[in-house]
Amino acid sequence: MKMRKVGMALSLVLAAGTLLGACGKSDNNKGTETSKGGEKTKKFSVAMVTDVGGVDDKSFNQSAWEGLQKFGQDNGMKKGKGGYDYLQSKSDADYSTNLNTLVRQDFDLVYGIGFLMQSAVEEIAKQQKNAQFAIIDAEVKQPNVASVLFKEQEAAFLAGVAAALQTKSNHIGFIGGMEIPVIERFESGFLAGVKAAKPEVKVDVQYSGAFDKAELGQSIASKMYSSGADVIFHAAGATGNGLFKEAVDRKAKDPSKEIWAIGVDRDQNDMGPDVVLTSALKRVDVAVQDLSKKAMDGKFPGGEIALYGMAEDGVGLAPINSKASNKDAIEAAIKDWSEKIKSGAVKVPGTRDELKNFSAK
Amino acid sequence: MSKRLTGILTPIIAVLLGIIVGTIIMLASGYNPVDAYTALWNGAFGETYYIGEVIRQFTPYILAGLAVAFAFRVGLFNIGVEGQFIVGWLASVWVGVSFDLPRVIHLPLAILAAMVAGALWAFIPGFLKARFRVHEVIVTIMMNYVALHTTNYIIRNVLAAKSGDKTEQIHESASLRSEFLQSITDYSRLHWGIVIAIVCCIIMWFLLERTTRGFELRAVGFNQHAAHYAGMSVNKNIILSMLISGAFAGLAGAMEGLGTFGYAAVKGGFTGVGFEGIAVALLGANTSLGVFFSAILFGILEVGALNMPLEAGVPNELVSIIIALIVFFVASSYIIRIFLDRFSKKEVK
Repeated sequence: MKMRKVGMALSLVLAAGTLLGACGKSDNNKGTETSKGGEKTKKFSVAMVTDVGGVDDKSFNQSAWEGLQKFGQDNGMKKGKGGYDYLQSKSDADYSTNLNTLVRQDFDLVYGIGFLMQSAVEEIAKQQKNAQFAIIDAEVKQPNVASVLFKEQEAAFLAGVAAALQTKSNHIGFIGGMEIPVIERFESGFLAGVKAAKPEVKVDVQYSGAFDKAELGQSIASKMYSSGADVIFHAAGATGNGLFKEAVDRKAKDPSKEIWAIGVDRDQNDMGPDVVLTSALKRVDVAVQDLSKKAMDGKFPGGEIALYGMAEDGVGLAPINSKASNKDAIEAAIKDWSEKIKSGAVKVPGTRDELKNFSAK
Repeated sequence: MSKRLTGILTPIIAVLLGIIVGTIIMLASGYNPVDAYTALWNGAFGETYYIGEVIRQFTPYILAGLAVAFAFRVGLFNIGVEGQFIVGWLASVWVGVSFDLPRVIHLPLAILAAMVAGALWAFIPGFLKARFRVHEVIVTIMMNYVALHTTNYIIRNVLAAKSGDKTEQIHESASLRSEFLQSITDYSRLHWGIVIAIVCCIIMWFLLERTTRGFELRAVGFNQHAAHYAGMSVNKNIILSMLISGAFAGLAGAMEGLGTFGYAAVKGGFTGVGFEGIAVALLGANTSLGVFFSAILFGILEVGALNMPLEAGVPNELVSIIIALIVFFVASSYIIRIFLDRFSKKEVK
């Protein structure tokens, strides 16, 4: 009984504090809101919301932020309000709040980075009709949203070719993040590339189910390497960092061993200069800069899908590691396939169904 | 100093200490704490939108906190609130998408489904505890993982729309959302769930403090052997408390499923609401009113923190540190209590 009364009293104090506080604040705020509406600055500003991977995920979000930073610096903008900035999401529930916050801070263009933000962007775009949004990796059919999609399968295809030509054990691994269409494109393209270069190679495909679990990535990578795979490609955001850790550890223990990892999204050579064979580049940074520029010039492609493939320099393959034993052969093959893809002679499959019917000639 | 006053002061001092240490950390790492707390404040109360979001955020915290607190009053540590929360979320959405009923039936049915799912999920550890004396902490922790991966499987293979990783939007008739609440809070995701949460606070208080059953439950919590000796069925009360605790947790899931999101998506990891519930219950001294207000505090901190990086350039992880410090100081409230006692004794002399 005593506890209850104690709790009640405590709660009342807290409640009084919060309520009184709330009252005082909302009065102040009316003033600032009107003044905000009065002085409309012409300066272009742009911001982005990361998904749960965070801005330092060494991959997707980071690439987007690098693009935004570059855009900002090129145009003499400052980090912060009225320039360029980002907000990180700690959980799915934060997407909506973060997007709304940025709109309320009068950013001219707000990016939602990642497929996971699709429904949040769609909902807010309907409510805030004057704001401009862009979403990466998903399609939102609203007149004030530009959807940015990539042909990830083309980059993954080249990674598959490189992996197939480098493997000695004819055993390759693929680590995916969550099973969503974007990662399916990576998987399909990668498998098609392997098949095109060396059909007898076995590929072990596993999904970690998360983009932010490096320890899980490491344990999957460890199992794959132990079961004989010597090249592993990941498309798993920060989960993939575990792959590099495992590869670097193994290489450190036994430098004569030939094991390789293939990075994703940005050139991940910095994650392990001795073990990163190459990276399937998805130039989110290029797309972000490109789209921001268009928006700044008043040519914001609202309601449209901006598709970035190899022909647009939106995807590609990072340079092959100079320590790779088969470097010259790989580079020659990559060059060959790149031209075929760019010219449209080879259409890389983007889904598992398309993969079944795929045959490289 | 009276015991009651000490009881009130302890959590308040814990919160203050958390904020003070947070300030020191900010100063030490070169951030401006005044800016940071102003940004926190503005991010929670600066606009009606944020007030709506704060309420939206703490609604499930209240219920998760009640779930933990209820089990705790009966002497059980329900760490499985997270898992019960997830299955409740899924169950409510499942009912929400697969039936087409008038609102008066559909909405209560979806909420009920969430409660039943949560209760069933909590029944397993409760039963194992009562029947075989298996420690509930271990079972509930493991059940969290079972819940996470089972619901992911069901969403992906049974319920998912074509895009593959989330269910369709629930029917309007099962939704807790309201145009009215959204319009007064400038498009926040505020929904009617807050009413349910408040009602649950009252139910828990009434059940524990004003009924015979509640007396039995508390008696088991104070001393199982004494309760047994007095002729109460300890096992029955253990199972019952886990069922009710699970139902609260399931309801918290329904808040997200029927209110905030309106769908269930494949989760890469735990949402954290269930674990936040433990902290909420701890700070609220396991009373329903205490839980209510500590949930509010947590909601303010969480939503306000999102504004800190933008307005003050302070990483919002700092708020996680402050929350952790508050919990730390509450957990070590013994120290605070000793200080308060010393202090009051000196005054008397």
